[in-house]
Amino acid sequence: MPNNLDIQRLVFGRLTWDAIPFDVPIVMGTFAGVAAIGLTVLALITRYRLWGYLWKEWFTSVDHKKIGIMYSILGIVMLLRGFADALMMRLQQATSFGLHHGYLPPHHYDQIFTAHGVIMIFFVAMPLVTGLMNFVVPMQIGARDVSFPFLNNFSFWMTAAGAGLVMISLFVGEFARTGWLAYPPLSGIAYSPDVGVDYYIWSLQIAGIGTLLSGVNLITTILKMRAPGMKLMKMPVFTWTALCANVLIVASFPILTAVLALLALDRYVGTHFFTNTLGGDPMMYVNLIWMWGHPEVYILILPAFGIYSEVVATFSGKPLFGYASMVAATVVITIASYLVWLHHFFTMGSGGDVNAFFGVTTMLISIPTGAKIFNWLFTMYRGRVRFEVPMMWAVGFMVTFAIGGMTGVLLAVPPADFELHNSLFLVAHFHNAIIGGVVFGLFAGLAYWFPKAFGFRLEPFWGKVSFWCWLSGFWVAFTPLYVMGLMGVTRRLSHFDDPSLQIWFEIALVGALLILCGIAAFLIQIAVSIRNREQLRDVTGDCWDARTLEWSIPSPPPAYNFAFTPVVYARDAWSDMKARGAERPTSGFLPIHLPKNTAAGVLIAACSAACAFGLIWQIWWLVAIGLLAAIGIAIANGFNRDREFTVPAVEVAMDESIQAESLRRAA
Amino acid sequence: MTAATTTLSGPPASRKGPSFYLTREHHPEDGTLLGFWIYLMSDCLIFACLFACYGVLGRNYAGGPTGAEIFELPTVATNTAILLLSSITYGLAMVDVHEERARGAMAWLAATGLLGCAFLGLELKEFFHLVGEGAGPTHSAFLSSFFTLVATHGLHVTFGVIWLVTLMIQVVRNGLDPVVRRRLMCLSMFWHFLDVVWIGVFSFVYLVGVQ
Repeated sequence: MPNNLDIQRLVFGRLTWDAIPFDVPIVMGTFAGVAAIGLTVLALITRYRLWGYLWKEWFTSVDHKKIGIMYSILGIVMLLRGFADALMMRLQQATSFGLHHGYLPPHHYDQIFTAHGVIMIFFVAMPLVTGLMNFVVPMQIGARDVSFPFLNNFSFWMTAAGAGLVMISLFVGEFARTGWLAYPPLSGIAYSPDVGVDYYIWSLQIAGIGTLLSGVNLITTILKMRAPGMKLMKMPVFTWTALCANVLIVASFPILTAVLALLALDRYVGTHFFTNTLGGDPMMYVNLIWMWGHPEVYILILPAFGIYSEVVATFSGKPLFGYASMVAATVVITIASYLVWLHHFFTMGSGGDVNAFFGVTTMLISIPTGAKIFNWLFTMYRGRVRFEVPMMWAVGFMVTFAIGGMTGVLLAVPPADFELHNSLFLVAHFHNAIIGGVVFGLFAGLAYWFPKAFGFRLEPFWGKVSFWCWLSGFWVAFTPLYVMGLMGVTRRLSHFDDPSLQIWFEIALVGALLILCGIAAFLIQIAVSIRNREQLRDVTGDCWDARTLEWSIPSPPPAYNFAFTPVVYARDAWSDMKARGAERPTSGFLPIHLPKNTAAGVLIAACSAACAFGLIWQIWWLVAIGLLAAIGIAIANGFNRDREFTVPAVEVAMDESIQAESLRRAA
Repeated sequence: MTAATTTLSGPPASRKGPSFYLTREHHPEDGTLLGFWIYLMSDCLIFACLFACYGVLGRNYAGGPTGAEIFELPTVATNTAILLLSSITYGLAMVDVHEERARGAMAWLAATGLLGCAFLGLELKEFFHLVGEGAGPTHSAFLSSFFTLVATHGLHVTFGVIWLVTLMIQVVRNGLDPVVRRRLMCLSMFWHFLDVVWIGVFSFVYLVGVQ
């Protein structure tokens, strides 16, 4: 007869009450806070009867604009979590000296720096980048949606499911204590026998499927759905960078999928890919994960470069300087990003020749990047520069990122890297590149396209406050890390013996608090803008006097984007249309066919998340049910032939005439 | 009423210069086949990683059996022949699909599915035999990388068979309409792709391994 323990193991796997950290007040406090906020939100949604609205208009929507907005909201929410981790680390390092050990035990501190990295890259930067690409690209190329609208919805929910699993790990069990790339043998079963690394593996696998499919979707969209006349060399630069970033996604995320699957096999089946015994090779993991990891950096930065290109051209009132060289630089970076991965571990000991090769390729990649900086500067030169908030982010980026790039070239010198490897100098360098490059770009993009999405601009005052706090906060937080890194202080330490270092960490904490103000100002900006939306209303659809096609349609755009597909004759198509006095047709509207909403994406993602949760806790019945249900729903969805609906011509005519009327009034 | 100012028929109002808007319906090219091909290339990269792992770890026997000791070339050669044959039958099915002969297409698809199942059966038999002999995936890095590469291919074939059955049901329900035809084209690419990968496995793992 099976005893109680067997049955419990069958039903709950490894999951017991011990998995809930009741004894850790910080986690329980956070849990109470998150639960309170969550319950309040749920209660408000219920009170105002918004469930039906959210389900019908958002969760099941296949409209690329709504999906883009949902991605961005996910990214902003996760930014709060990732930044809370950053603050906790700064607080710990500023106080943990000599006899004082701070308030975080190493066990907890290690989870925090791992979660911080994973969340910031996968669940903040990636959703925001993908969100902006999703929202903007179809409109920039004059399309009504992406090539595969259902897949788009599914991709979003897979990303959200991955983020959800990381959030669950905070309260049920724990997260990995391995650093954001989970190197074996530390992440192997021998040294990390608990669920932390499993949470890491399965949340990234699930989110990775979403990212990959979204990459396939956007490449196909850009290649197949451009408006007539829009040759590749007439595409807006943001669309070019999106194309290159998605090529990188498709050509690098499979490596992550494979390497994490092999790590999972090592942990679950007992294979020997990355073990130190029976022929395994941990350095193969490090090589493979950086063959994904380095292109990943460019997946994030290229679209940011695209945003700067749009912003700088628009707010300088000029076409982008050196369009062709900008495109060429983007493509060169795309290719070269595969030739530099080894610079992340020069210390592996692969020999002088190999290190020299990767050192040189790394330095070479800064040349196209430098060319881009000059292109933006020359675009501004003799332009009528308007320092609106997006433009401020762009200028802040040029200054900050140039320095981040230079410290990168320093690290590319192998002998120097042997000194600086795994030091705070490295930490300062990549934050310099990612905050100064990607995050500033995302804020520029959010401020720039917000009016397109919602029909009103963001309140500039709070945007400027946010910008200055972020810019100054970044430098105050990370300059001390550069200094300490040069002195040899290594990363990921939760305690220091040398009291002379404390002042630097205290300065860094002040910087982090300034960034906190920047984030708070950003949230206040959104609240204030919603309150003052009538004064900030964009009636023209082109509030910045911009240059690309998304500004030729109303803000917010109708579900079908374009009543008539635009015909493109020049780069900066909308600028060209404005200059030549193009008039929108006011008659002859046709009915428009659009894809119907579907719940399949939400459901498959939910089943996948359940399956992943089962895998993490080894609840095998849940794994089987989740997997079978996900496949079953996918198959059933294939039988659904009722996928389109038609917007009648009358409705299109109505929408368009309302827009025409508001344009007339604005004029 | 603003709506009254617009009419639903007749040519659009006069324009200056070139025409900036298409006034007829715009049908962008269908991207399904391109999109699916891009997906296949990403899948190809997963196999590339597994091949690379096999390349690095494939001689790390850790005192366990070598490829020459455990590979049974005649069985694998038979299996290779079966899979290659299934690509031919799928090709014949697609000929019937293009000629819109649903019945013939169904017969060839069924033959393809059966060959796929036979391939999987023989592969599973080989796996069970190896595990029974004490040469399971946990014994050395060589066996880990061997099992993972071959089983990943097998898993793909399994999904291919499930997909094949699903599409056969759709042929019965909807006939060879454009949607079903497009899906059959995608599965066709998938099936031939698995064939190509298998040729790599057979040459690179088995033929090299027995030496």
